[in-house]
This record gives sequence, C-alpha cells and structure tokens, in this order.
Amino acid sequence: MRMKGREIKKGRACASALVSEMPISFLGGIDPKTGEVIAKDSDIRGQCIAGRVLVFPTGKGSTVGSYVLLRLMKNGAGPAAIINAASEPIVSVGAIIADIPMVDGIDISKIRTGDTVCVDGDTVSLEREGA
Amino acid sequence: MMLTKDEQAIFDGESGEASQKAMEILAALRKIYGAESLVPVSSVQVAGVSYKNLGEAGRDFIAWWSEHGAKVRSFSTLNPAGIDLKRWKQLGFSKDFSERQKEVVSLYESLGIVPTCTCTPYEIGNTPKFGDHIAWSESSAVSFANSYMGARTNREGGPSALAAAIIGKTPCYGYHLDKNRGPSISFDVKADVASEADFGALGFATGAHAKDAVPLFYGLRPMRQTHFKQLGAAMAASGAVALYHVEKQTPDIRCRGCGEALEKICIESLDDAYSRLNTGGDKVDFVSLGCPHASLEEMREIAGHLKGKRVSVPTWITTSIGTRALSDAYGYLKAIESTGARVVTDTCMVVSPIEEFGYGTVAANSAKGCYYMQSWCGVETRFGDVHQCLDAAISGSWRK
Repeated sequence: MRMKGREIKKGRACASALVSEMPISFLGGIDPKTGEVIAKDSDIRGQCIAGRVLVFPTGKGSTVGSYVLLRLMKNGAGPAAIINAASEPIVSVGAIIADIPMVDGIDISKIRTGDTVCVDGDTVSLEREGA
Repeated sequence: MMLTKDEQAIFDGESGEASQKAMEILAALRKIYGAESLVPVSSVQVAGVSYKNLGEAGRDFIAWWSEHGAKVRSFSTLNPAGIDLKRWKQLGFSKDFSERQKEVVSLYESLGIVPTCTCTPYEIGNTPKFGDHIAWSESSAVSFANSYMGARTNREGGPSALAAAIIGKTPCYGYHLDKNRGPSISFDVKADVASEADFGALGFATGAHAKDAVPLFYGLRPMRQTHFKQLGAAMAASGAVALYHVEKQTPDIRCRGCGEALEKICIESLDDAYSRLNTGGDKVDFVSLGCPHASLEEMREIAGHLKGKRVSVPTWITTSIGTRALSDAYGYLKAIESTGARVVTDTCMVVSPIEEFGYGTVAANSAKGCYYMQSWCGVETRFGDVHQCLDAAISGSWRK
C-alpha cells in the first residue's frame, strides 16, 4: 500500500513499524540512552523505538522533547523514521535537527506494529507479512 | 505555498548546512501552521538558555549550530540563564551546574546573539516599533511586545526563534496577521486593581479562563509599565495568552468598538487568585522580587522602601545587567545591597535550580513566579505587592 502525506524532514528509510495510538512526549516518555518507551500511560510502554519506523498521532509535552530526539540519535537509539497523523513543532524540529526522515498527514490507522514501512520524502509504503 | 527562489536555495543547502537546517525548520513550521509566506523579522528573543531545562541534550543542540558556523541575521537577545553569570559562587550555585551553564551562554554568543540573559529585552534596548514583525520566545516578553508595544510575534519556542534569527525571517501566521489580533474574549473588571500584585492576580484569574484567546479589558485605571508586565506574564502562565488589549490604553485596537459584540465576563473579586497563590505559612524563608526582571522604576521603589533597614531572610531582586548598572549609577544598588538583599542578574527564581537550596516558603510579588515556583520548583509561596514582600524580608514573617 502507498500513502502520500507532507514531507516534514526529507529522507528515506525502511524498517519495522512501531505504532502508538497515543501522543508521545519525548521528554520523560522515552529513555534517551536506550530508546525504550518509559511513559507510564503509553500503549507501547517497554518497547524500544531504536531503528523502528515510529508511528503516532502527534507529539506533546515539553519543548525540550526536540533535544531528546537529537540525544537519541547521538546514542544510536533513535527511530529510523517518524510518521505522524498531524505533526507539531516539538517533534518536527527534533526530526529536522537529528536528521530523521519524517512525514505527516498520513492515515496511521492503516499501519500496524511489525509492518515493514518505507518512508521516502512525502510517500509512505508498507508491506504486511502474510498479506 | 512555495518558498521564494532565495529561500529555496537556502533550503537546498547553497548557504551551508546551518542555514539549510534553519530553513528546514521554518519551512516545516510553515506547513504545520499553513503560513502563506515567510516574513522578515526586525528582532528576535531566544529562549532555551537555562541548563536546568536544557540538560545535555539541549546543550548538544546549541553546540551543533555553533560547530556549523551559524550566525544570526536579525538583532537577537537572550533569555535568562540558570545562574548569575558573575556572582554564582557567592550566591551558592554549584560549580558543575555553573560551568555547564556558562558554556551554553557562550555557545549562544558565538552565534552572534547578545548574551543579555534577561526576560525583559524591552528594558535593555531590544525595542521593536509598532507593527514590526518579530520572533520572540519568553511568554511574558511576547505578551508585552504584542500588547504594550504593538509589535507582532507568535509564542516562539527556543528552536523556532533560533531558526528565525539565523534566517532573519519567520512564518507569517497567527499574531502576524491583522485578522488574528482583534479581541476574542472580554473582561469587565469590577474588582479593585491597584498594585502590581493585583494586576498579576487579575492575569492569573483571567488567563486560565482565556486560554489562548485575545482578551479585551474594560474598567482598568491608568496602568504603569510594571502593571502591563505583571498582567501579561500571569496570563501567559495560567493560560497561553500572547496578546491582550486594554480599553483606551494599549495601542493595537484600530477598529472602534470592535470588541463590543463580545459578551463581557465580569471579574468581581481577586480573592480566589490570591488564595491560590498564597499556599505558604507565615514564616518566610526567602523573598524573590524581579519576575519578570525588575525595571529601573521598580529598583528605585525597592531602594526607597529598604533604605536604612536590614533584611532578616535571604532576599533576591533579579534584573538585567543593564538595569543593575543604572541602579548602581543612581545609588539604588548600594541602598538595596547595604540592607543584605542581593541584586542578582542573568537569572530568575523560576529557571534557577532553587529546589537545591531547600527553601520551604518563598514570598514574591509575581503571580507568574509563584505559579511556576509551586509547580516546577516544589516550594510554597506567599504572594503580595512589593511592600508586603519587603516587609516580610525585614521581619521574616508574612503579614496581611
């Protein structure tokens, strides 16, 4: 399946998707050393975002979250790409400064955790095992 | 929605990696907010300075721009840091924190930003004129610039203000546009609002109600500059107000009676705001004045009240380097510091690591300051006007 959205940070990456149905705060929500989701109220708590295509509706929380994305990449624990339904400045600025391909305006209900997802500019394509 | 030819060239990397990243940030914000274009800015106020909030991740972010040779194109000033950059040792800030903080400030300085470290850039010469497009962060300064000065800015974050400074432009949406600057909620103030603390309490009460609307106030007596400062700072803390109007006092209502169709919300009393900002006991451990940073007028008033007295609890008046220097020239500094009170620059109680000092109750004349000291710094507060606070500084206890 192919979907077109808006390119927020130009780039290409293919990886296994990790999907959260809830907004993510990178400050306090993700361990910057390991990429583990530590937010108590998260539906993907305990999972690791490192090397995954991270899919979630939008960002939330402190603006310091932008810097956490940079920290994650420096530690080799950042996501391969980010897909949002509707992006906001905290995650967008973080993706730009940390060089993480990012696209928004995507119907994220079409993507499931474990799908192989490719982000390329404004385009998202996905393959589902067994489908 | 296309970038201009010059903007596209920067976006494509023709002016180097730092400008490219800054343009990528502005282009993304433009998409997110649906801005038609980028507009040149005459002035920028950059927040994201206190190491307490930035941490190592934030330091890395600022260092990236410095390492890539970024330089600002617009006149840019800096928000407060977590320490007094000169007097941190005698004031009791830890060496480790202070070293890291000083590095962050010098990284900003290397980008061409004047390291003013004040939340009142309008007191030290960053004074855009009526109608100017600017990109300011620091919510109290944003409110002051939009409302008192009639300049035009959104509530920028640290990175978006920095990107605007490096490119010299900002996405044209929100408060840059006429259509978003008219009043959208109105308050008829029946309560007696006289002191700067009263204006802070009024802002605390109305900000929570207004959220991100544009309030229009009726019924306020002629206000001093410090009253505007306190009203706006409090509304930006309890709500997200970036612009407000005061009937016959603020400059940016060009339409006659344009708020008249709005239902007037009556403010009868400030009692609830005062009780929520007064959580502390009668024993005061610390007195904090100068949030937002004290003006020359306030320094003069404080000096007049304290003259010939002694303070019995630690008392800090936070201000800018510029205002401190003027106070020194006119004798206010000596009048204040000879009582044992300290005039502290570059920082404020909210962004400094005061929780490390272990104070139980802090007295302050700033509603914004009390609100954030309660929620971020875990201290209890006493809230009243400058004279009540100074009396508490002298006696060590709070009197109503």
